[in-house]
Amino acid sequence: MSLLDTHIGFVEALRGAGLPVSLAEGLDAIAALEKVSWHDRETVRAAYAATLVKRQPQRVTFDAVFDVYYPRLIGDGASAAADGSPVRDSGADLARFREALAEALAAGDPAALQDLAVDAVARFGAMPGRGPGLSSWSAYTSLQRVAPAELADRLVQALLGPGVDPEQAQRTAARRIGDFTRLVEGDARRRIAEEKGPAHVVDTTVRPTIDRLDFLAARRSDLEEMRREIYPLARRLAARLAKEQHARRRGPLDVRRTVRASIATGGVPLATHHRPRRPHRTDLVVLCDVSGSVASFAQFTLLLVYALREAFGGVRAFTFVDDVVEVSDRFRPGADVVEVMEGLAASTAHASMWGRTSYGRALTRFAEAHGDAVGPRTSLLVLGDARSNHSDLALPVLGELVGRARHAWWLNPEHPRHWGTGDSAADRYGELLPMLECRNLAQLGEFVHGIA
Amino acid sequence: MTTWFSSPDDATTRLRGAGYLTDDATALTAYLAGTLEKPLLVEGPAGVGKTELAKAVARATGAELVRLQCYEGLDEARALYEWNYKKQLLRIQASGDGATWDETHDDIFTEEFLLTRPLLGAIRREEPTVLLVDEVDKTDIEVEGLLLEVLSDFQVTIPELGTVTATRRPFVVLTSNASRELSEAVKRRCLFLHLDYPSAEREREIVTSQVPGLDERVAAQLVDVVVRLRELELKKAPSIAESVDWARTLLALETGDLDEATVARTLGVVLKHASDHQRALRELKLASR
Repeated sequence: MSLLDTHIGFVEALRGAGLPVSLAEGLDAIAALEKVSWHDRETVRAAYAATLVKRQPQRVTFDAVFDVYYPRLIGDGASAAADGSPVRDSGADLARFREALAEALAAGDPAALQDLAVDAVARFGAMPGRGPGLSSWSAYTSLQRVAPAELADRLVQALLGPGVDPEQAQRTAARRIGDFTRLVEGDARRRIAEEKGPAHVVDTTVRPTIDRLDFLAARRSDLEEMRREIYPLARRLAARLAKEQHARRRGPLDVRRTVRASIATGGVPLATHHRPRRPHRTDLVVLCDVSGSVASFAQFTLLLVYALREAFGGVRAFTFVDDVVEVSDRFRPGADVVEVMEGLAASTAHASMWGRTSYGRALTRFAEAHGDAVGPRTSLLVLGDARSNHSDLALPVLGELVGRARHAWWLNPEHPRHWGTGDSAADRYGELLPMLECRNLAQLGEFVHGIA
Repeated sequence: MTTWFSSPDDATTRLRGAGYLTDDATALTAYLAGTLEKPLLVEGPAGVGKTELAKAVARATGAELVRLQCYEGLDEARALYEWNYKKQLLRIQASGDGATWDETHDDIFTEEFLLTRPLLGAIRREEPTVLLVDEVDKTDIEVEGLLLEVLSDFQVTIPELGTVTATRRPFVVLTSNASRELSEAVKRRCLFLHLDYPSAEREREIVTSQVPGLDERVAAQLVDVVVRLRELELKKAPSIAESVDWARTLLALETGDLDEATVARTLGVVLKHASDHQRALRELKLASR
């Protein structure tokens, strides 16, 4: 492949992975590459990043695609060539390898870890047996064999020392092992890309950016990253809302200020001044399904609602599985996010009497106990997947609540193609109030912006 | 014709000389921004040295810094140029009956009555200039429209006077806290750099270079604590600026050892929310002291 082909393939792959790279930016990248020396791969990476990436959340995707198109080395690199022997997987090899890995982890030497990751995939990650010349590589297999997580205790012992408490050692150990895992995954991707072509790998293995990641498909580490993303998101939304309200808020002419300002220009009123308009605020009532299937989704929406309190007059939040619990008091202003989420988790434990989601019972209980929360100034927001285990749906109850509220929406974290399948009552509830797909942070942000 | 940086290494050395410790990516991007004559958009959390970078570029290259501080409600008259209405009124009144309207009209739309604002000022300057558009995300969308002409062609069109084109392109730095997504059009014209919290090693270097009197060991301890604080989910994670403040505080208190009691006592320098404060005390196990 010529350099130009690689460049074009790379840009295409970035577009495929969701980065909006325009032709002009591609040209910029080439102009930038002409100005830098090519001997250092990180320089090339930085030059590409400066011209092509325009939002930080895209950076992870960018790096993954870059590693596939501009690999660090080819095949086994120099290490295999040095001893010349074919790489083997044997018990003795594994023991020796783990010894070396433990040492490198304890020393925290990134270069050594990188070499070991390459080695790990070469030795323990090969999946031969699909004909001569055809092999494939698996990060999973190599990580299973090497099992770096089992080295954690040893690593903690090695790290303990003067001025390092056990907790800190554990954190460091976990981080280094996580880094090593990522290196192994990256190297397996690189090897597969070498065999099948980079485009194939990018299509199948590069994950979407964090704000496009499906709530229901998120991994644990993703969830943490999303949680960190939620405050900036709320801040961005709040800033945008305040600004738009501000723009709309041009009230009646303030004659006094206008005349006064006109004195400076000889009595000619060049600039008019206006009285601010009274802010118009609605109350928000959130009904949130916290059963196991949508728990992570519920966390985000509640957190976002919490973060956006300023945009609404009053917020009341209720969580349910088959019984309803009010959790509004958890959302104290200025409270700590982690604490709030812990408190929520504790109080939602009471939301279940029988342990199975029942929208019908939850809605009925809500209407009985907290029906007064919904009034003509209220926006009602129901969050859940509408999977009610084939039990009663209490459609009239919800219909009545919707009728009383000023606005009502239902956010569903499932893809619309699953609505109405199995025990999903999404289509039936959807007849009563607008049901919207809300599967990632981007959609959530758009929705909140729309309603406030 | 440009005299910004001759190579990424040159950028590193000269920025370092100006008291700004860069990492490789930052130096490379600064070099590219100068060489490609493209504006540089710097994003990142508050207090990681975005504005400082622009100032350092100005110091390192001996250029003048022209700063446009953005805020909500910033408009053309404050950013680009404005006619001096008062002076124009005076001129009309002073011209009396002798002059015809046409003459007066031609008279009052000349250089004399033009008030130059930062953007136009930066473009008209003959000497090397660093134009800093600070906190561009604070402005309204319309201002981005104004910026587009300046950023892509380095020119400003004044209807009454014609187009003013830069004789010497300024080094443009835009900073943003990403509190609003900037328009694609602006981003497309810029190089992008995301500045994040530095590695512990580099932060130690920054702290010791900014606060030279501080004990090496205290600096190391301080950076350790700051790194830990950033790992907690705080509302406002401590920035570099705050680590430096903290270092100054410790120096003023003549602290020889950053023990837990001292941390608990001086935590207010780095954490600015009551809930963050409590959380940090709890997580760092300082509550009892």
